Amino acid sequence: MPCDARILSTPDRLVERILWSSVGDVRSRAIDDALFDWPAPDPALKASRCRHCGAHAFPAMESCRNCGGTEVEAVELPRRGTLWTWTVQRFLPKPPYRSLQTETTFEPFGVGHVELPGTLRIETRLLEQDPARLRIGAPVELAFYTQYVETDGTEVVNYAFRMA
Amino acid sequence: MRAAIVGIGIHPFGRTPGVSGLQQGAVAARRALADAGVRWQDMQFAYGGSYSAGNADALGNELGLTGIPFINVLNGCATGGSALVAACQAITSGAADLGLVVGFDKHDRGAFNAQPAEDGLGDWSGEAGFMVTTQFFAMKLRRYMHDHGIHADSLVRVAEKAYANGALNPNAWRRTPIGFDEIQRSTMVNDPLTKYMFCSPAEGGVALVVCREDRAKRYTPTPIYVSAAAMRTRRAGAFEVYGTSVSLDDAPNATALASRAAYEMAGLGPADVHVASIQDTESGAELMHMAENGFCEHGEQDDLLARGATRIDGRLPINTDGGCLANGEPIGASGLRQVHEIVLQLRGAAGARQVQRPLMTGYTHVYGAPGVSAVTVLQK
Repeated sequence: MPCDARILSTPDRLVERILWSSVGDVRSRAIDDALFDWPAPDPALKASRCRHCGAHAFPAMESCRNCGGTEVEAVELPRRGTLWTWTVQRFLPKPPYRSLQTETTFEPFGVGHVELPGTLRIETRLLEQDPARLRIGAPVELAFYTQYVETDGTEVVNYAFRMA
Repeated sequence: MRAAIVGIGIHPFGRTPGVSGLQQGAVAARRALADAGVRWQDMQFAYGGSYSAGNADALGNELGLTGIPFINVLNGCATGGSALVAACQAITSGAADLGLVVGFDKHDRGAFNAQPAEDGLGDWSGEAGFMVTTQFFAMKLRRYMHDHGIHADSLVRVAEKAYANGALNPNAWRRTPIGFDEIQRSTMVNDPLTKYMFCSPAEGGVALVVCREDRAKRYTPTPIYVSAAAMRTRRAGAFEVYGTSVSLDDAPNATALASRAAYEMAGLGPADVHVASIQDTESGAELMHMAENGFCEHGEQDDLLARGATRIDGRLPINTDGGCLANGEPIGASGLRQVHEIVLQLRGAAGARQVQRPLMTGYTHVYGAPGVSAVTVLQK
């Protein structure tokens, strides 16, 4: 089964990708390999932490935006947190937005910032778009969804949070 | 030594089919030059910018290629404000005596579609739907309303005032008042903000002629002095546009930093300001920026807006020309429109929307992606 060459950087990953890709007929990849590993048994969001000042960044950075330090380490972000703020996107964004939807099939989607304890607040899609169920402070947990499908059928997966 | 604004010019905002953004900038520039009684050939320098309508220095093709240093500025929604800051520094440093600041733009319909790479972000953030500025303002506002107990009626009142003021401004795009109920019931765009609570990308041009304070009266009997012009960018830990992650410590945002710097530079405080133009890309932005610029405490807005404190006849008139909501937002021109309006108000030349009280000090504030802000304090 062919793989998407753009996201394969090392032979190890290639092996892993082929193994995972062989499960069933559906091929999928992360929207950006820097964000999380996909497919993977229990993916987490990949961030960086500054060895000098301790500040986190997501996506991971090679230097620190807080102090400018250049020694950073890779860390995983907590999978659970709380909703810090939210809105509902009620119009189809223009490109570079990519989705399975068109003007006529567009369904509003939730967007928010979630607070992940001890690390960061991060911007995220929410797998909930009913304002009655979106509440600041509510517990949320990491989830994944298909953002769009490439012409060869590969599903492109993005992270999101859902109400826990 | 301060810089003085001795000439102002504007091309009406909105939609002008068949006239390029650059041509609208040229119209504004010619009007500003005429207002100051000077020629383009007298300008020793120019700073200018546009986001979607080409490099500002292409104005040389319209006005004359005179060989002067013409520096293009591109700083998001703070493009105009940044151009003015740079021009004032050229004047106050003694590097030049007389110059032009100009901004113009012409955007497509619909929300801006910024490219992630412009802000150092990965393509994924655009593909996922995060490069939408309206989302940011809605999310900032949602949290602000939660933290400070703001009622949704206040969002309607800000927009209602903007369209009422726009109706009095011949250069505005939206010149029809819109009632409270219509604003409230218009289509929800990004909760809690409805269609009429948002400004739209638009077209327009504004230019200013600036000179040394001690020469200002050569050009006009009513110079307006730039007592402060400060521009700031975002700090780590501040909640700003296109931030994919923010640390948990709350740092002051770019607006608060620019505002503080400007008050310090001018040697005065918010209580000394008589009229202000502050960024109102949506009604919640104006509401939040009222406090971030020091004009009230966080949470006081409900009461102030219910009492009409920011209307033209209120205690502190804000966005007397209708702001972004009634004028639309041509990025390059928008921040300079704010300055244009305050100059008109301080001159006493704002026509039907003139504040009917003595005005000595005005204030402008612009804010944009990815966390840039420019503030001026303008005085008679």
